[in-house]
Amino acid sequence: MKSQIRIAVIGLGAVGRGVVTTLDRMQKENTSSCIISAVSDSRSACIMPDGIDIEAMLAQKEKTGICGDPALSSRDIINSAPYDILVEVSPTDVLSAEPATEYIRAALARGAHVVTSNKGPIALHYQELATLAKKHHVSLRYEATVAGAIPILHILEHDIIGNKINALYGILNGTCNYILTRMSEEGLTYPQALEEARKLGYAEADPQADVEGTDAAIKVVILANTIFQKSISLDDMSITGIEQVTDDALRLTAGCDTTIRLIGEIIPDKNIYRVSPQILPKTHPLVVDGSLNAITLKTDLAGDLTFIGKGAGSFETTSAIVSDIFYILQSG
Amino acid sequence: MQVSMKLSLRDAPGNLVAALIPISAAGGNIKTVIHEHIPDAEGNVAVHVVIEIPEEQIEPLKADLAENGITIIRLGKERLLWRETVILIGHLIYTNLEDTINRVDDTGFAEVTYITIAMPEMKGPSSAQLVVRATGPDELAKAIEILRQVAQEKDFLLIVPLGGVA
Ligand SMILES: NC(=O)c1ccc[n+]([C@@H]2O[C@H](COP(=O)([O-])OP(=O)(O)OC[C@H]3O[C@@H](n4cnc5c(N)ncnc54)[C@H](OP(=O)(O)O)[C@@H]3O)[C@@H](O)[C@H]2O)c1
Repeated sequence: MKSQIRIAVIGLGAVGRGVVTTLDRMQKENTSSCIISAVSDSRSACIMPDGIDIEAMLAQKEKTGICGDPALSSRDIINSAPYDILVEVSPTDVLSAEPATEYIRAALARGAHVVTSNKGPIALHYQELATLAKKHHVSLRYEATVAGAIPILHILEHDIIGNKINALYGILNGTCNYILTRMSEEGLTYPQALEEARKLGYAEADPQADVEGTDAAIKVVILANTIFQKSISLDDMSITGIEQVTDDALRLTAGCDTTIRLIGEIIPDKNIYRVSPQILPKTHPLVVDGSLNAITLKTDLAGDLTFIGKGAGSFETTSAIVSDIFYILQSG
Repeated sequence: MQVSMKLSLRDAPGNLVAALIPISAAGGNIKTVIHEHIPDAEGNVAVHVVIEIPEEQIEPLKADLAENGITIIRLGKERLLWRETVILIGHLIYTNLEDTINRVDDTGFAEVTYITIAMPEMKGPSSAQLVVRATGPDELAKAIEILRQVAQEKDFLLIVPLGGVA
């Protein structure tokens, strides 16, 4: 690949700011040759082919709420700014997946690599986008869409190649895991635990997608369609959330040294794609506390493997995005 | 088939072995032996054994034991060797709990053998832990599937063990 790599970042929220700050630090430390050639937020864009002064740009964003010229937009970046890799970190819309899908499509068609943390385009349009990427000989990477800091896609694609995956079980939603942990450990009722999760910022103001299992299901769809090469949507899944789980049920399971967790499940041979609360022995490696995520793979050669890590958060998501960028650079 | 037996034998050296030999001879696989050491008034002791044996060998074994002077106090065939503990949450009582259980018991191959119900203070949903037993793994999966259907009909949440038969 070229000596100097230009990166465009769409979206400057917690994740976008984390990505530009990390890349800026790495460039200053001479551990990366990436420069940020363009950034945008919802109301403006900044394009500097020779590299943006990140500190100054973030200071301006902090002060004025915009990162650049209000006459420019994300579309101007996508269509005409110079970049080798597009980092798409604008808000997720899991129903329409727009405008992110439009951005990603245009970038791939221009022959740029794309890295995203946006679940919408990957869950809804993976096949189309992957085909487009292949046609233009570029990469589309989305490690940050599933299980935050756990490099699960890289593990499945590279680190255990040759294994047959008989089953994947995952704690894929930190909010639900936090709520169930608190109900189990402190005997809180579901409404009490949800309220606590909200206060501590583990649950969104509208936690519906989390507690009804949709968020975990979207991650199952992404894993099924990318790693297991299926072609499923949310409609093909059986999805049960945690709203009906009672503190009594957790007390009853505790009597047998078991507990209840929300599990995302893929059993490829049986075409099982499911999210549901399940009973696990308390000593099971998937029984992680608080807002952690965990994934167990049942494989033919490597046996059972379990990975645990933070499932969300701007730093963890930044970690996944930066590792995708460097994977592209190293393999390019 | 799994069979549990309570035998009575004279409390003398070598008698326990004498009781176990016919079991092995009949093709039985001895799984547990519990030997009581305190003899009753007649000087006999009780031995509980659990064995795995082909069903057609049970009658010949009974005859063989009797010939050797060993009394069979009780013989129980255990059919329901497979078990799963599940949770049901919902309006279990108002939706005919007996019917819910009978739907499994009526199969003939599975039974709900144990149930604990936690009733909420107010009119909320109750939570129950059920032990379902069945004659084999497929039967157990079928029984859980029946519970799944009942749960759907009666708007319960059924929670099963991770990686279980269902
Ligand atoms: N945070 C996490 O833990 C996490 C974890 C996994 C995945 N993700 C995903 O990562 C993405 C970013 O998350 P975040 O936490 O950084 O979100 P965020 O804090 O809400 O920031 C979103 C950013 O996107 C900008 N934006 C909105 N519409 C845009 C458009 N049309 N074009 C360009 N920029 C636009 C916003 O602009 P303004 O600044 O003008 O409002 C804001 O800067 C989301 O898709 C999210 O689902 C986040």
